Amino acid sequence: MTDTPAPSTLALRPDFAAIAEWIKPGAKILDLGCGDGSLLRYLRDTRNVFGYGVEIDEANLLKCFRNGINVIQNDLEAGLSSFASDSFDYVILSQTLQAMRHTEGIIQEMLRVGKEGIVSFPNFGNWKNRMQVISGRMPVSETLPYRWYNTPNIHLCTLGDFEELCQQCNASILERKVMSNHYRPVNFLPNLRGMLAFYRFERRT
Amino acid sequence: MQESKSVGVVTPQYVQIDKPLQLKSGLSLESYHLVYETYGQLNAARSNAILICHALSGNHHVAGVYAGNEKSAGWWDNMVGPGKPIDTNRFFVIGVNNLGGCHGSTGPASIDPRTGKQYGASFPVVTVEDWVEAQAQLAEHLGIEQFAAIIGGSLGGMQAMQWTLDYPERVRHALVIAAAPKLTAQNIAFNDVARQAIMTDQEFYGGNFYAYDTLPRRGLRLARMLGHITYLSDDSMAAKFGRSLRKDELSFGFDVEFEIESYLRYQGDKFADLFDANSYLLMTKALDYFDPAAAYGGDLSAAFRAAKANFLVVSFTSDWRFSPQRSQEIVKALLDNELNVSYAEISSSHGHDSFLMEPSCYHQLVRAYMDNISI
Repeated sequence: MTDTPAPSTLALRPDFAAIAEWIKPGAKILDLGCGDGSLLRYLRDTRNVFGYGVEIDEANLLKCFRNGINVIQNDLEAGLSSFASDSFDYVILSQTLQAMRHTEGIIQEMLRVGKEGIVSFPNFGNWKNRMQVISGRMPVSETLPYRWYNTPNIHLCTLGDFEELCQQCNASILERKVMSNHYRPVNFLPNLRGMLAFYRFERRT
Repeated sequence: MQESKSVGVVTPQYVQIDKPLQLKSGLSLESYHLVYETYGQLNAARSNAILICHALSGNHHVAGVYAGNEKSAGWWDNMVGPGKPIDTNRFFVIGVNNLGGCHGSTGPASIDPRTGKQYGASFPVVTVEDWVEAQAQLAEHLGIEQFAAIIGGSLGGMQAMQWTLDYPERVRHALVIAAAPKLTAQNIAFNDVARQAIMTDQEFYGGNFYAYDTLPRRGLRLARMLGHITYLSDDSMAAKFGRSLRKDELSFGFDVEFEIESYLRYQGDKFADLFDANSYLLMTKALDYFDPAAAYGGDLSAAFRAAKANFLVVSFTSDWRFSPQRSQEIVKALLDNELNVSYAEISSSHGHDSFLMEPSCYHQLVRAYMDNISI
């Protein structure tokens, strides 16, 4: 059997550091849609966190086991009822939001379970995507490697769209990072030039 | 990958324990013996011991075969052995028959030293807690202060959980497979029908059938047939038997016609000759009584506050007797206590019996988990 990470996972690796920078050492983490568990393992190794991953796919579950992380097989769409309110320092949703059906539901569950939420997603507003749409085709890019007919991504959004959703879900944004396709910080025209977006937020009181 | 094979020929061993066992019921056993088997070698640090707890009809014969009987493979031979998910090249694995059983440990068919006669109906009701206590005595006998892991399916999973509550320092990992934190009313109801089948058999003689040189065979057979139905799933029965008939046409009578009838009767008959009716009553009662949350006002999370072990909890999608929801209750209690826990809900059509089979990635997951246990 091959244990080589899928191309999409490799592409994600540079964003681990971006998330790790926000994590206080020793924090308690819930990683939703944790895939093969490499982010949680990275945070454990670099930030000494304690935590759990949540994953639905059996093949990924096996990889999580091999990565030696705690993983709970569960369907995120069904909510996080196994997890008590306010029981985590951070709830992370890394590159998973765009593939979820119940987008609002998961943001609200993150706000319930965690003191802070961290979401990363590919920015659909990036100029390359816009160009492809203008030229009459659905975008295919480094962060959106799928074709329209086989993509798991059903709820793509732009920075502006996500910020509106946060507003609607009573989440106040604490920090934002935007990266280019070369994983460099983007400060100027982020919704146009940014490829990956990271948000840290909390419940609005 | 390393080739996996059988542990080969095994021989049961016995230990006589003369330290009285105070039972949960208030009664006690002055002395008793346990039959067990071991596979692999205990390392010098005594840090690689694994206890396998058996389910309702299981026993100490977990793996390997008996000399001269090729067909006598242990009940978890696909899981335990050299190169298997529970690898005896690495671990020292112990299987033990529980008290009240009928495979060699002290049980209803044993001689009561006080009377010189078989216990029969006078054998005390034993609980999961009592079994853990007796297993702890065996561990002491073998010089094992702490288990690397305690593993069990179904009623065996309940024992693994109980260990983490009663002896948190003596178990590093618990693998709780196809188990539940307590039985539902429906589950207790099934057990009671099984018990009624046995107890209303005229050959039962109030549990003292030994003295009459007979067996409540029909009752035990019915109990097993009922139990067996609940261990399978509707889908697996449909796939295996469907509505197949033994003959080509309907006979318009009440003899065996459908293959499923034939199968169940065969299973029932086989079981009735091998299993002790009093042991069956005891085992089902131990299942019914298991409820660690009861002492904490029904709060399972509070019950697990004592636990320190790392957990692997496994359920199977088609298991309706010990459904995934019951396992999720366990997981929630462990999460509430910030314990290390992983949970897998394995896709399987084989119902409760899945834990003895190899559906989907079940064995790979157990192997991966076991490989990460340091010894």
